[in-house]
Amino acid sequence: MDKYLEMIRIRFLMMLAYRTNYYTGILIYSINIGAYYFLWSAIYGNKEQIVGLSVTQMTTYVAVSWMARAFYFNNLDREMALEIMEGKVAVELIRPYNYLGMKVMQGLGEGIFRLFFFSAPGLIIVYFVFPVKFTWDLSVWGLFAISILLSFFINTELNLLTGITTFFIYNNSGLIRAKRVVIDLFSGLLLPISFFPGWAQAVMKYLPFQGISYFPSMIVTKGFSQAQAIDAITQQFVWVILLFFPIQILWSLAKKQLIIQGG
Amino acid sequence: MFFQYLSQYLKTRLQYRADIFVEFFSDLLSQAINLIFILVVFGHTNLLNGWSRDEIIFIYGFFLVPSAVFSAFFNIWDFNERYIVKGELDRILTRPIHSLFQIILERLELESLLGALTGIAVMFYAGNRLDLSLHWFDPFLFILFVIGGALVYGGVFIMIACISFWADARTSLMPMMYNISNYGRYPVNIYNKLIRFVLTWVLPFAFVGVYPAAFFLGKKEWFWYSFLTPVIGVVFFLIAVMIWNQGVKKYRGAGN
Repeated sequence: MDKYLEMIRIRFLMMLAYRTNYYTGILIYSINIGAYYFLWSAIYGNKEQIVGLSVTQMTTYVAVSWMARAFYFNNLDREMALEIMEGKVAVELIRPYNYLGMKVMQGLGEGIFRLFFFSAPGLIIVYFVFPVKFTWDLSVWGLFAISILLSFFINTELNLLTGITTFFIYNNSGLIRAKRVVIDLFSGLLLPISFFPGWAQAVMKYLPFQGISYFPSMIVTKGFSQAQAIDAITQQFVWVILLFFPIQILWSLAKKQLIIQGG
Repeated sequence: MFFQYLSQYLKTRLQYRADIFVEFFSDLLSQAINLIFILVVFGHTNLLNGWSRDEIIFIYGFFLVPSAVFSAFFNIWDFNERYIVKGELDRILTRPIHSLFQIILERLELESLLGALTGIAVMFYAGNRLDLSLHWFDPFLFILFVIGGALVYGGVFIMIACISFWADARTSLMPMMYNISNYGRYPVNIYNKLIRFVLTWVLPFAFVGVYPAAFFLGKKEWFWYSFLTPVIGVVFFLIAVMIWNQGVKKYRGAGN
C-alpha cells in the first residue's frame, strides 16, 4: 500500500514543479465558464427557470462542472496509448506493482493536486466574478465530495478501458478524441442531462457518463434533493463496480496478446 | 516551389489514408456534438437575444469554414516547442524563402479543408429552413469573408506565436486563444460591452463567425461589420507578419 501512496506523492510533487501552468489554466477555465455564463444568460432571457433550474443555479452548475473537471480529468488514456505503442508497457509488467493500479494512483495524485491548486482557487475567483451561489449546508458539500470521488473513478476507469484498447486497435488517437468529445456532452459538463429530451434521458440512464459531471454538479447546486443525491451516488457506485469487470477482462486478454507477440 | 511542397505533402499523406478518415470522423463527431448542444438548448427557448435557432446554426456553419481554412494553413500551435526549443527555426532560416511562408508550407494540413464542407452543408441546411435566397454575388462575398476570417484567425495566432521570440513563456496561451475564438461562434450581442469590444477590435474573432454570417442572414444593422471582415483580416495579418519579421530579426541577432 505504501508504494501506491508514494506514487500519489511523487505525482503531486511533479505537478507542483509546473504550477504556473495551473494558474494560466485557471484563466482558461474562467474564460470558458464566462462563455457559457453569457450563453446561458441569453438562453434564459427573462425566464425564471428551465427544467427546475434557475439561472443562478445554472451559472453555479457551469462553474462547478468545469472546476470539478480539473479534478476528475486525466490523460491516462493518452499516456497508456503512448506507453503501449512505444513498447514501454512490457517493462512495466515485470515491476512489483499492479500497472493499472499505478495508473489510477498517478491520476489520483494529479487530481488531488488540481483540486487544491486549481479547482478551489478557481471556484473562489469565479465566485467573485460571476453570480454563482453556493450553499452553506455542510451535508450537501459532504455528498458532493463523495460524488466527485466516485466520478473520478468512473472517468478514470473509462480512460483505462480506452487505453487498453490500444493493444487491439493500434492507432486509437481518433477513438480517444471521439470519446472525450462524447463524454464532454453526455457527462453533463456542457448541459445538465435534464435538458435533454425525454427519450435521450431514458437512454442515458443506462450509461455511466452522467455520473461524471451531472450528478456531482446537481448535488452541489441543490438541483437534487437529498434523497435524489443519495440515489445518484448509489448509481455512481454501481458503475464504478460494473466498469471494473470489462477492464479486468480486456487487460488479461491484452497481456496474453503481449506475451504471444514476444513482448 | 509551392507545387513541389504540395506533391511531397500528398505523397506522405496518402500513405496514411486510414488516419485521415479517423481524423475526419472524429472532427465530424465534434461538430455533431456542438450541433446537438445548439439543438437541445433551443428545445427550451425560441430566441437567443433575438436570434432564432436556425440563425444560430447558420452562424455556426459559417464559422466552421474559416476555421477549417485556418486549421489547414496555420498549424502553428506548437511553434514554440518545435521551432524555437528544438531549434528547427535555424534550419528554416538557412533557406532563401520567407520563414513564415516556409513554416506554413511545412505544417500544411489540407485535409482540414474537409471541415469546410461540413460548414457549408450546415449553412445550406439552416439557410434552407430560413428561406434564404442566394444572389449572384453571394459566392464571391462568401469567399472574401472566409479569407478575411481565416486571416484574422491566423493573424492572431501568429502574433501569439511571436511571443516566443521575446519571452521564454510556455505557450499555454494557444489553448486560451482557441477558447476565446469559440466565443465568436455565437452572436456577439449576448456578451457585455467589454467582451464585445475585445472580440471586435482586439481579438477580432467575431469577424470569423458572427459578423460575416450576419450579412447572409440579411441582418442589415450588421452590414458595416460584415464588409469590414476582409479589411480587419488583412490589417491583422499584416501586423502579424510585421511583428514576425521583427521577431526573426531579433532571433538572428542573438547569434542563432
